[in-house]
Amino acid sequence: MENYYQQAIECASREEIIAMQNEKLVKQVRRVWEAVPYYRKKMQDHGVTPDDIRSIDDIKKLPFLSKADLRDSYPYGMLAKPLKDCVRIQSTSGTTGKRVVAFYTQHDIDLWEECCARAIVAAGGTDEDVCQVSYGYGLFTGGPGLNGGSHKVGCLTVPTSSGNTERQIMFIMDLKATILCCTPSYAAYLGESMKEMGLKPEDIPLKAGIFGAEAWSEEMRRSIEQTLGIKAYDIYGLTEISGPGVAFECSAQQGMHINEDHFYAEIIDPDTGEVLPEGQSGELVFTCLDKEAFPMIRYRTRDICVLTREKCSCGRTHVRMRKPQGRSDDMLIIRGVNVFPSQIETVLLNQGYAPNYQIVVDRVNNTDTLDVLVEMTPEMFTDNLGDITARQNRLAAGLLSMLGIKAKVSLVAPKSITRSEGKAVRVIDKRKI
Amino acid sequence: MSVRQISVFLENKPGTLAQLTTALAAAGVNMRALSLAETNDFGIARIIADDTVAAMTVLRDAGMIATLTPVLAYAIPNEAGGLNKLLAVFNDARVNIVYMYSCLSARDNSEAVMIFRTADPEKEEAALAARGLVSISQEEL
Repeated sequence: MENYYQQAIECASREEIIAMQNEKLVKQVRRVWEAVPYYRKKMQDHGVTPDDIRSIDDIKKLPFLSKADLRDSYPYGMLAKPLKDCVRIQSTSGTTGKRVVAFYTQHDIDLWEECCARAIVAAGGTDEDVCQVSYGYGLFTGGPGLNGGSHKVGCLTVPTSSGNTERQIMFIMDLKATILCCTPSYAAYLGESMKEMGLKPEDIPLKAGIFGAEAWSEEMRRSIEQTLGIKAYDIYGLTEISGPGVAFECSAQQGMHINEDHFYAEIIDPDTGEVLPEGQSGELVFTCLDKEAFPMIRYRTRDICVLTREKCSCGRTHVRMRKPQGRSDDMLIIRGVNVFPSQIETVLLNQGYAPNYQIVVDRVNNTDTLDVLVEMTPEMFTDNLGDITARQNRLAAGLLSMLGIKAKVSLVAPKSITRSEGKAVRVIDKRKI
Repeated sequence: MSVRQISVFLENKPGTLAQLTTALAAAGVNMRALSLAETNDFGIARIIADDTVAAMTVLRDAGMIATLTPVLAYAIPNEAGGLNKLLAVFNDARVNIVYMYSCLSARDNSEAVMIFRTADPEKEEAALAARGLVSISQEEL
């Protein structure tokens, strides 16, 4: 039997959903017009006012938002509530040095955590469960989101955060954790580690896993399910919209239900901006219908995917998105963290390097690796090994501080970086996902 | 008088050192001394060539990064305690050695030659000369 966290909403009829969306959008557009000069100007430039928005169908009249808008308005330009009403920020990478800072009121936190709670219940979670949250806690939304969702469901929450695999395994085994929340690559790594310790799937108390924040394949899902003896569920989200739980998988596992009482989804042609009919592949665009502090309207995610409103056997009526098939920009997701090549270039230029570099991403033992290859120059070179390794370490430290994840810096011979038709190939992604 | 060492950047992977020796061989350059320092991903070849100008030209033409570094060369007797006596003088003059390596002597096979990279060769050579140590010139190597 399927369990729901908020059955009336999750299984509402299409008419009820549309009525809800109509009302919320009209209100939201009027509110941001009044509260956010940046939005007002954008709408004016686009020749649209709140009076033009009378139903959810009118959403296509509104201009799009992108990461560039967030960079231009950093940090407070998109804020739609006074700071005194905000209780939290979360943050993710921007395209260059500036990060994206998303603000939340208590209302925003509650609706985000409710979305995560829906995901946990859809994965079979109840207040009898022990839910271990091995996503990073902090500025990253993974840990805080699932932590809040787990509280809302009433699970015993084990906030291990990421890393320290031995301790993770100790808590899973000693506290009999039944639900694991982390990135799929970390789940695979935990599974391998437990296997090496001689633990069989039947010895492991886990029954379900909620894994997201990076791309993973059906093969990887099956392999994690086998080693841990669980059912693995996908979850999707982004900081700009709230965090994990924007969409989640149900027992049917035929796409992820988008919580469309809060987040309205559209698929557009990334080149023309035209809204595409259901079933066609294009760029996913989200509108926050009732978030208060940081309400993105028609935010372009750059994720390429497909939507379907076909009836789902789980009973939920919310639109489903297929796992994103790629990106319409050059963003990489490495160990769950968003990485833009432009961020790496910024660090290189700041430290006086020529922009001759290459980013090599691979997946070794289910863990993503990031290698930044930099061409040696006569100016950088000295006969002293220590001077060069000190430079290498300084660059690695700069990358860690910019990206939030470790990168290996390799110095390579001049002109050795592959160039195709005179243009350097910046990113080589060897991961087979 | 200091000696000119050629320092060359090499990636730590098969074939890079051969690329260097191929270039030098084609230009007819003989290496009087060679030392390699390495990390896991790159290394530095330190060379003293019989024709520094020809060696620099051919290496740069081959697209390699090569720079000149002044180093000091001293002869020591090819016997037990030979280096120890030399280093006692370095210690007395408070000369710090950044790195060092050895090579054969071209003038006398009863001696060995030690090459030293120090922070300020001109100053340190004077300090060592004041203590009776005479360095070997490029031509004598």
